[in-house]
Amino acid sequence: MLDTVFLITLFVMAVAMLALFYRAIKGPTMSDRIVALDTLGISLIGFIGIVMMIQDTLAYSDVMLVLAILAFIGSIALAKFVEGGVVLDRTRD
Amino acid sequence: MNRQRLILHSMTKVVSFIILSFSIFLFFAGHNEPGGGFIGGLMTASALLLLYVSFDIQTIRRVIPFDYVKMIAVGLLLAIGTGLIGMLFGLPFLTQFDDYFQLPILGETHLATALPFDLGIYLVVIGVALLVILTIAEDDS
Repeated sequence: MLDTVFLITLFVMAVAMLALFYRAIKGPTMSDRIVALDTLGISLIGFIGIVMMIQDTLAYSDVMLVLAILAFIGSIALAKFVEGGVVLDRTRD
Repeated sequence: MNRQRLILHSMTKVVSFIILSFSIFLFFAGHNEPGGGFIGGLMTASALLLLYVSFDIQTIRRVIPFDYVKMIAVGLLLAIGTGLIGMLFGLPFLTQFDDYFQLPILGETHLATALPFDLGIYLVVIGVALLVILTIAEDDS
């Protein structure tokens, strides 16, 4: 029973990630692409979590943490780029 | 400009320490589990990069006065020196030694010469990653 739920969830998340991928490439504005990439990272974390539940292991928890950190820093850098055009400020204003 | 980033600044002060402790965990987990010097160095570099992105290059350079070029050199010397220890005893390059020791607080501990080698890789990865990013960010043209 639970295995069927896992498989359906994986399928739905894969479709959602395809839609996000389309939005990240096609997205009319830069903000669309940033939100799509951030959500793609979060969905990937959930995907790995469900794979971990299917295989009944804890082996991929490091992968989830690293992905979460990288997605977080990427979102911050892209948001700062959209806001001001400069990611790394040289001096304090 | 500075007051607008209040949320980003207060969040960075907490999150960067979480990422730094996770990187130290990954560094020491490397002997028997997934992890090691390379991914630990990358996580440390991303924690420092979060500080650089959230604040600015001048402030963080004053707070963390590391010369990344010297850091690369020290890391390479440490890694190569660990490999050369085996050659002194007539064994092949990069031969590892490990043994169990009784330490005062930790009890019986497994110590290996792979740890200083990993520390060298850790320093090299931090140095290269941050040097590349900061050099590109400071390019004028």
